[in-house]
Amino acid sequence: MTGTPGTGRSPDGAAFIIAGLLAVFGAVLLWDASLIPDKGGYAGIGPAAMPKVVGWGLIALAAATVAGAFKGRLASVPRQNPVPLLLIGAGLIAQIALLHVAGFALATGILFAATAAAFGKRNLILTLPLGYALAFGIYGIFDGLLQLNLPGGWLETLIYGG
Amino acid sequence: MSTFEFLLQGLGTAMQPMILLYALIGVTLGTAVGVLPGIGPALTVALLLPVTYGLDPAGSLIMFAGIYYGGMYGGSTTSILLNTPGESASIVTALEGNRMAKAGRGGPALATAAIGSFVAGLLATLALAFLAPHIVKLALVFGPREYFALMMLAFVTVSAAFGESTLKGLTSLFIGLGLATIGIDSLTGQARMSFGVPQLLDGIEVTTLAVAMFALGECLFVAAQTHGLDDKVEAIKGSVRMTAADWKRSWPAWLRGSAIGFPIGAMPAGGADIASFLSYGTEKRMSHHPEEFGHGAIEGVAGPEAANNAAAAGTLVPLLTLGLPTTATAAIMLAGFQQFGLQPGPLLFATAPQLVWGLIASLLIANVMLLVLNLPLIRFWVLLLRIPRPWLYAGILMFATLGTIGVNPSAVELSMLVIFGFLGYGLRLYGYPIAPVVVGLILGPMAEQQLRRALSISQGDWTTLVSTPLSATLLGIAALALIVPMILRLRGKGQVLTQIAGDSD
Repeated sequence: MTGTPGTGRSPDGAAFIIAGLLAVFGAVLLWDASLIPDKGGYAGIGPAAMPKVVGWGLIALAAATVAGAFKGRLASVPRQNPVPLLLIGAGLIAQIALLHVAGFALATGILFAATAAAFGKRNLILTLPLGYALAFGIYGIFDGLLQLNLPGGWLETLIYGG
Repeated sequence: MSTFEFLLQGLGTAMQPMILLYALIGVTLGTAVGVLPGIGPALTVALLLPVTYGLDPAGSLIMFAGIYYGGMYGGSTTSILLNTPGESASIVTALEGNRMAKAGRGGPALATAAIGSFVAGLLATLALAFLAPHIVKLALVFGPREYFALMMLAFVTVSAAFGESTLKGLTSLFIGLGLATIGIDSLTGQARMSFGVPQLLDGIEVTTLAVAMFALGECLFVAAQTHGLDDKVEAIKGSVRMTAADWKRSWPAWLRGSAIGFPIGAMPAGGADIASFLSYGTEKRMSHHPEEFGHGAIEGVAGPEAANNAAAAGTLVPLLTLGLPTTATAAIMLAGFQQFGLQPGPLLFATAPQLVWGLIASLLIANVMLLVLNLPLIRFWVLLLRIPRPWLYAGILMFATLGTIGVNPSAVELSMLVIFGFLGYGLRLYGYPIAPVVVGLILGPMAEQQLRRALSISQGDWTTLVSTPLSATLLGIAALALIVPMILRLRGKGQVLTQIAGDSD
């Protein structure tokens, strides 16, 4: 859990990564805009103008971020614990993967348990049933009463009917 | 018809039992999310948007506005009792309020916050009612160039004029603007940034981005702080009654707070948090008891709490009359209007007066509800602070994904939610503001359209943008609001920013 040196936690390293990401986003905007047949029409500017402005703007901001990093302007950040991030991320991915296979309630219960684990409740025997109970309740209320169209699986069909 | 008659008609709409129920749900939810640290009104409205698809438009919008008002009330509770602001506009309340609570005067602190919010909410909503028709008249002569200039001003004030860094604010804004170009260009039908993925052609949903940034980002950020946060809830000791001296010191602060907050919200000059900072500074300077500041001065609670409520009402002025959102919550409320096929702006006052005036009148009623919810029932809300964090955040994440799944249960949409969630975490971690991203996403395409329309009308002549006094002035103010703070920060005078803005009101 302790951060290894040079993993981008030092403020300057992070600034370069941020600048790099901004520049890449800007470059993608410019590249995509270059493929747009830009007929200006009466206005003189067409659909490619805005992406170009934003793209160049992002590249300029990336340059300014790098310049700021040399002056040490980026504030240092508190030490981050990666384990909860991974747990919540895994919970979200599990939900996406299971949503259409197992249905809303089964997928979302897992997300609930994973988040609770990220915040320190690691007792799955408690958190998983609680998550499932809540998810079924939510499915019943929102799919049944509020006409939200949630993807149901075999369990939802079994309990609430087709 | 005069404003007064419209308002009476609106009260007729607002007194319908169903509308009253919506308002009550709104203010109750709003107070709850205001009390809970980490979730604010912007997130709550975003979470509720998909849920209200099938409901009555007027009722839903009244509920959203109730959430916004309620969030401003509830935020003070957490600040005072926990020293953790429930939302950003209550940060300064914590300075004096928590000191008062520690000194056993938590009751009067909560009372002055609640009554101050009521006074400010009432005054500012009335100001909204009487100001709105005039702005609507003015807005009818606005052309694309004036709208474009207004949006430029909104961009600058939201991202760069205040806050710790122009660079970070602008970076957030440009990320939002970049995301806004994804999808089909509304003027020509040209696909942009879609990379052949059909789901991207619709563009990025404001609700997906807002829920991801505010809910997911916040959850991840809180989860990743290793040190266990041991918050100490101060018990409310004694009665919540204020003494005669408290009243005497509070009411001028309430009035000053309202006078500061409303124009800041209405002008596009930033949100409720800026208003509360300015009010705190003013109270500190005007106080007869300057020595008490930092040790629990009641003016330091009364002023900022009034200011943040007045500013919340103020932001409804540009939103309703011009369709121009200047805060994250207002941006999401705009998405709420659009969800029901309504476009806020001068025309809405003509085409749906019963809805607009019903909404404004409901806010007056919501204010009374909030006073009842927040004074006699304050002890009940404090119980919310006892919900253990794992259950609270696990529940928030469930609802966050529920909204997206309900609208569009595709893997692409959910993956965007996750990616933006981690983006929001990163932004928060390195001190980049979140609101400009959301405002950039929603205002970006609007500004682009107005610019291209203006240039079409002038046949490509760029001088058209500054050819009317109004648009030239607005663009000039926008340029000043961008450049002056940059110069000040370069010269190491960042702290005086609040001071200067305070003097210009």
